[in-house]
Amino acid sequence: MRYIPNTDADCRQMLAAIGVRSVEDLFADIPRQVRVKGDLKLPPALSETDLMRHMRGLVAKDADVESYSSFLGAGAYNHFAPTITNHLILRGEFLTAYTPYQPEISQGTLQAIYEYQTLVCQLTGMEVANASMYEGGSALAEAVLMAHRATGREEVVVARTVHPEYRQVIRTYLAPLGIRIREVPYGAAGGTDLKLLRAAVTEQTACVAVQSPNFFGVVEEVAEAAAAAHAKGGLAVVAVAEPVSLGLLAPPGELGADIVVAEGQAFGNPISFGGPYLGFFATKERYVRSMPGRLVGQTEDRDGRVGYVLTLSTREQHIRREKATSNICTNEGLCALAATITLCALGKQGVREMALLNLRKAAYAKGKLAKAKGFALRFDGPTFNEFVVQAKRRPVRQILGALARKRMLAGVALDRFYPELRDCFLVCVTEQNRREEIDGLVKALGGGG
Amino acid sequence: MTNPEGLKYTREHEWIKVEGDKGRVGITHYAQDQLGDVVFVELPKKGRQLRQMEALGAVESVKAVSDLYCPVSGEVVEVNSALEQKPELINQDPYGQGWMIVVKVRNAKELTALMSAQQYTSFLAQGAK
Amino acid sequence: MSDHTVGTRGLVFNEPLIFDRSVPGRVAYSLPPSDVPEEKPERLIPRKFLRKEIAGFPEVSELDVVRHFTRLSQWNYGIDLGMYPLGSCTMKYNPRVNEDAARLPGFARAHPYQPEELSQGALQLMYELAEYLAQIAAMDAASLQPAAGAHGELTGMLLIRAYHVSKGNPRKKVLVPDSAHGTNPASSAICGYQVIPVKTGPRGSVEPQAVADVMDADVAGIMMTNPNTLGLFEENIVGVCQVVHAKGGQVYCDGANMNPMVGIAKMGAMGIDVLQYNLHKTFSTPHGGGGPGSGPVAMRAHLAPFMPVPVVGKRGARYALDYDRPHSIGKVRAFYGNFGMMVRAYAYIRTLGPDGLRRMAQTAVINANYLMSQLKGSYDLPYDRFCKHECVFSDAIQAKKDVHTLDIAKRLMDYGFHPPTIYFPLIVKGALMIEPTESESKETLDQFIAALKRIAAEAEEHPDLLHEAPQKPRVSRLNEVKAAREPNLRWRPGPARPAGGRGPK
Repeated sequence: MRYIPNTDADCRQMLAAIGVRSVEDLFADIPRQVRVKGDLKLPPALSETDLMRHMRGLVAKDADVESYSSFLGAGAYNHFAPTITNHLILRGEFLTAYTPYQPEISQGTLQAIYEYQTLVCQLTGMEVANASMYEGGSALAEAVLMAHRATGREEVVVARTVHPEYRQVIRTYLAPLGIRIREVPYGAAGGTDLKLLRAAVTEQTACVAVQSPNFFGVVEEVAEAAAAAHAKGGLAVVAVAEPVSLGLLAPPGELGADIVVAEGQAFGNPISFGGPYLGFFATKERYVRSMPGRLVGQTEDRDGRVGYVLTLSTREQHIRREKATSNICTNEGLCALAATITLCALGKQGVREMALLNLRKAAYAKGKLAKAKGFALRFDGPTFNEFVVQAKRRPVRQILGALARKRMLAGVALDRFYPELRDCFLVCVTEQNRREEIDGLVKALGGGG
Repeated sequence: MTNPEGLKYTREHEWIKVEGDKGRVGITHYAQDQLGDVVFVELPKKGRQLRQMEALGAVESVKAVSDLYCPVSGEVVEVNSALEQKPELINQDPYGQGWMIVVKVRNAKELTALMSAQQYTSFLAQGAK
Repeated sequence: MSDHTVGTRGLVFNEPLIFDRSVPGRVAYSLPPSDVPEEKPERLIPRKFLRKEIAGFPEVSELDVVRHFTRLSQWNYGIDLGMYPLGSCTMKYNPRVNEDAARLPGFARAHPYQPEELSQGALQLMYELAEYLAQIAAMDAASLQPAAGAHGELTGMLLIRAYHVSKGNPRKKVLVPDSAHGTNPASSAICGYQVIPVKTGPRGSVEPQAVADVMDADVAGIMMTNPNTLGLFEENIVGVCQVVHAKGGQVYCDGANMNPMVGIAKMGAMGIDVLQYNLHKTFSTPHGGGGPGSGPVAMRAHLAPFMPVPVVGKRGARYALDYDRPHSIGKVRAFYGNFGMMVRAYAYIRTLGPDGLRRMAQTAVINANYLMSQLKGSYDLPYDRFCKHECVFSDAIQAKKDVHTLDIAKRLMDYGFHPPTIYFPLIVKGALMIEPTESESKETLDQFIAALKRIAAEAEEHPDLLHEAPQKPRVSRLNEVKAAREPNLRWRPGPARPAGGRGPK
């Protein structure tokens, strides 16, 4: 077996050196009744060629956003990733390295994370960022928990326009601690109802959590939401599921956010059926000791050379144990590296240009779909690259099914998430959608709508 | 280093120096030595009311965090702000410039529950657990 | 025997931060030109929502990016370079065919919300992987949702909590052995449980009596690790499980150390109720400098109703995502899990097959015991029992010459090895936790043994060599105190710091 170099002869030599007759002697302390008898019931080993044939065969009939025309978003986005990203992260020194606990031989990883932390701060307008969380939903839950720790308050206010799965994660995380969640509905324009938001915030509110652009693609009044939280001494937590928007939109840090989390997948990480993804987590310097996750800091070695180390580790599980700011250990290192490389390659101009392409193509699609027979735009709030379309004549699932058969993934049906919007679907347009694709979508919808 | 006479000591390695109706509090030489280089101290605000042996904050080194406990009940009347910029004072001068807070002693009888310098020295010699 | 020791590596470069390489106007990207009307953004979005360009964002050429990250990579150690004997991390070879498999467009470009009928291959992979993991654990079901081991621990403890809630009382405490990894008590605390420590016995195992002494109807369960962090099989595991079950508690097992158990022992048969795996340990998915990982949890049938949603089910020949699970704890993350890592682990399991997996476990154990037998003359061995996949030494002998675990670890770098795990588990003072994995050949193990023996001799005769170590890497003995006292966690515009320091290396 090519992954296991030691032959039977090697093993016999080592067993003799250990002073036992067989490998069974090394397992003698395992009670007989819990030993595996015979073989595990797994399929027999595949050669490399047969393995790849099997893997290809598994997905031969599956759709993907390359071979289909995709307008799917909702927290997972089809974006351009520069080719060099993949080549660089596949370097063995990055791919097969461990967490940088021994800084002398991990400076590559450590400096890259320091650069990543900087880029996240620049994108979000915040003062300090960590080395990554698992993904957007759990990052948001951890942000809410951090606000609870920082304020000592037992209630949180969450906008209903936050991604439904993110809200579900918040509920799961908060349930054992008895922290109460108040959800605030959206208004006619598709953004959070600010009047109801202000009314929901009390002296018991640890934080207000909003997402912008929200699940419907609408840009929220983040400054107003933050002010509402601050008015009663709570924190403002802002989630960004589509961080490409930060190339163009005012960053939450400039709008009063105390903690910003984001789903970083859009930068350099493939959609990959939902993971591995990348959680951004950024906050103000004054909260740095309450922050979960790893942090890399700059320092010097004994000869005065600039170097990087993991720092402020006493917050973390391996030291603080049950009093840690989180239990997170392994995070999303290589995904953060991919995002770093992608952001460096896009650079100041590219990150803005990419955002502009998204905005303009989505606006073009929006304009056409607004005029398609049997369809209407459901909300009139400003949007970035996603928007909600209402189907007035046919059931949404029927429409989406018919278009899928024409190799078009037209959007995400909202019935599962918002029963009152069961006649709607969410359309996402990125720089990856060519004009003829958008025209094709409009034609296919208008034709059968 | 010998543990200074005239101070009282807790089992959690804090010391208290009675100054009239107040008490100045810090951690012992043994404690700072165990911790290593102190990087950060979390101290309470002035006005905070504490009970005897209630956690008043924490002291952090690169590899450990230790909770700090108040030797007597009382109100925090002074906090050593120098420690914000120079936490290393705790290592350099734990009984002097490394002081942490001053409390107004609510009940002087509580001091009898604490150890004298000799008792603390024996406590350390026995393994300090 | 060839000389594998650290030479120099062609040329290794200094390299500043990417921000210090920025020159206004340089670009490294290629985006398609707009094929739609180029509306001004303020016509589409109110001006107050817009930002100016991002100050300080890099402006570099494509070659700048390639050189920058290539140079950074040269400063890293990786499994591809040499042995990485980190205990409890299972740093085995990361097969490249798994990378190719994960990058097939059908996997890499599938959207989680695309129609299920068009995702049957992806769903089949998840279904089968869950089956394999349940089978390997000798349990009934598995959830693939957690993104890492600690996330799996949280999920496992939430399952246990949900189980107790369904019986009318969540209970208040969780027992955690003093040898446990820090994530164990941290995960319990997040679930709202108070952590009660249990002392490890003299033979390095948890004793049933020690558990019985603290077990009561208010204890939700115990978090075991088996083999434990000393690398030893918990010989009393069956008894411990019985004690906990007798008072209605549940047994969680941290599966970070599963490498020697696959195809060898049945975790479910020991009485364990829920077990988390680390795909980035046992199943070869790459560590990537700190993730992504994947932490699936296997469980016995009574916990399955509480699994996170969705669960991949099979009806006839069709796979489907099942959200209709009224007792589910909900979700611990958006979407389904770190799917890309599932593809890699699945490919690994299909590559090894049952024989390969058993050989993996056996060879890992032989390799670790070989190291232990050859080193026990030179280093203090706190527990002289056959280990499983890892062994733990201490610096007790070297400490007499004022040489400590940290010095030994740093000196190993000069010999071309990544140090083992140091200062863990906490119950061994100055611990050195060594896990070779089955990936290492006998020659590599012999080189490692030789290096450690030389270091032990140096500790006796030239302790300064160890205090000055490491000498070979570009930087040495970084000032962690300064980093913590004056946190500098991001670049800011200003004059660039010279990277060089006080003279060439």
